[in-house]
Amino acid sequence: MPADENRPDLTDLDEGAPHEGHGGSHPATAPGPGPRALAAREVLRDVPRVPGAPKPDPVLVADGVVRRFGGLTAVDVQHVEFQRGAITALIGPNGAGKTTFFNLLTGFDRPDEGSWTFEGRSLARVPAHRVARRGMVRTFQLTKALSRLTVIENMRLGATGQVGERLLSAMFRRVWRGQEDSNTRRADELLRRFKLDAKREDFAGSLSGGQRKLLEMARALMTEPRLVMLDEPMAGVNPALTQSLLGHVKDLREQGMTVVFVEHDMDMVRDISDWVVVMAQGTVVAEGPPDAVMADPAVIDAYLGGHHDAPLTEEDEAEQIAAAEAELERERDQEVGR
Amino acid sequence: MDWSSILGNTARAAIGLETVIYALAAIGLNVQFGYAGLLNFGQAAFVAVGAYGIAVTVTVLGLPFWLGVVVGLVAAVLLAVLLGIPTLRLRADYLAIATIAAAEIVRLTVRSATLRDQTGGSSGLSGFAEGFYDLNPFTPGQSYGFGPWVFGARLAWILVVGWVLVAVCCLVVFLLMRSPWGRVLKGIREDEDAVRSLGKNVYAYKMQALVIGGVIGALAGFVFGVGRASVQPDLYGTELTFFVYTVLLLGGAARVLGPVVGAAIFWVALVLIENVLVQAVGAGYVPDWLMSSTQVGQVRFMLVGLALMLLMIFRPQGIFGDRRELAIDAR
Repeated sequence: MPADENRPDLTDLDEGAPHEGHGGSHPATAPGPGPRALAAREVLRDVPRVPGAPKPDPVLVADGVVRRFGGLTAVDVQHVEFQRGAITALIGPNGAGKTTFFNLLTGFDRPDEGSWTFEGRSLARVPAHRVARRGMVRTFQLTKALSRLTVIENMRLGATGQVGERLLSAMFRRVWRGQEDSNTRRADELLRRFKLDAKREDFAGSLSGGQRKLLEMARALMTEPRLVMLDEPMAGVNPALTQSLLGHVKDLREQGMTVVFVEHDMDMVRDISDWVVVMAQGTVVAEGPPDAVMADPAVIDAYLGGHHDAPLTEEDEAEQIAAAEAELERERDQEVGR
Repeated sequence: MDWSSILGNTARAAIGLETVIYALAAIGLNVQFGYAGLLNFGQAAFVAVGAYGIAVTVTVLGLPFWLGVVVGLVAAVLLAVLLGIPTLRLRADYLAIATIAAAEIVRLTVRSATLRDQTGGSSGLSGFAEGFYDLNPFTPGQSYGFGPWVFGARLAWILVVGWVLVAVCCLVVFLLMRSPWGRVLKGIREDEDAVRSLGKNVYAYKMQALVIGGVIGALAGFVFGVGRASVQPDLYGTELTFFVYTVLLLGGAARVLGPVVGAAIFWVALVLIENVLVQAVGAGYVPDWLMSSTQVGQVRFMLVGLALMLLMIFRPQGIFGDRRELAIDAR
């Protein structure tokens, strides 16, 4: 299906377009949705809640992306679009192919078939580092803070287009010093925003799990991305840091970036995402706004493994739910009786 | 026991020819393994390529000495690229296997009977170093130096050139590693996917590191070949690579002066142990059934090995390493 088909012509979307600077220090978002959050939800309100639904202004579009490992088809996505300026969650049970799909989109793995475009340009067979240079940066499920570099060096490494990273100019400090200084200023601003400035000179390996997640996100922002792909940003994060991390993700949207993230934590998904794409067994089985998707029987099936059995009739389903509830009731009684 | 002779030999070893050769080879390896994390187990091949580059160019082709240097350097670059193309995209251990095999291929090729006319077979080549010694500013027949460090004109000349090369290489490594380029390399050592996700062409950086390390290894080969005025294939075996690794870990990997200090300590220890044992056996302090003077050569390596084990247990970061850095496991 061509990406442009059936797209509503909404010109008032430009508000959500991400072409402003976003390196500055922004105050953490106040509680409640910001203007861009409201705009993103407004725009997505009329999008049909079916897998592969066309979005008014997609930034990332995948078509027929297939990845097989031997006989196993890990990913088989017919069509999916991600709305510009919105936070889209990619959820699904373990083994649904979310991370594999992420790896394919960001050039860390190559699909057997399929094409996908970022800002209208094809990314098929584009190596991972070029994907990042085009403005689509990712983080990893297992955090990849570079332990034996200091926090500030981690940050500096994130800046793109550094003259000093070219072998021939590297030996002459005066060639790259100015750029290095301005990168350092930008890094320090980001560190302040992510409350890591106290750790500036520490080895990244000495940070806690949550701080590493923050560092990885801050470092990714050094590349000045327009699309941020977060692979399980909440995994292994101390609950005390969760709110701050959520705030930072929302901040990205307020600065005009698009966010796509994989997550298992449903509270987080409900809290921050404007749109949810559900994968199961490598395919997209549902999409929609968070509340609608979580009530979708196809999603519940995907999580509970209903797809292994014959399709349920509604009576069967009601019966099973009643049985399960009775079981729970009994357990609760026993618990109380003890 | 003649302690003045023992101590004199030991003091000379600290700045001697072997120290220069191993320091240069280890500086190259430091770029590859220390900073970029590339497991190059074929550093001996780069040394051999440098040495044979001169030897073959001068003796077989009859070309001037400086052209031999150019040939050696170009050959080292080619070898690095050839090794890097298939292996640098793969996991680190593939490079280790490919390089150790390549080093043996280089050695067995130059010692093969078929190439006897080109590379001299198992006896190697000699008589190619005169072009270098013709440039010698020191007067033949005289000695140069002070204290225990007195050398003949030829040795003094190659040592001066060798130490200048060591200094220049250390300076280059220092300048590179404080730059953003060096930062990318250190990032790759930690986790290349993280660096890739930040828009760096990891493959190109690893190739550059492999080439730079290989070229510095070839410089070690020049000093090796010219210093001995001959090349013999079996001096470029895998044990050369492993001694270079020893030197690097001894001094401390990823430290600019680590390889130089490591090389000096390695050769000081080796020469001291050898001289003490030879004298002790000769003076009858060591009974015959325990060790004869011909066995000293092997025993010294055992003792050096023991010393290294102790060092790795009590100072695992090497002489210059940063314990703080080592304490972080690469989570």
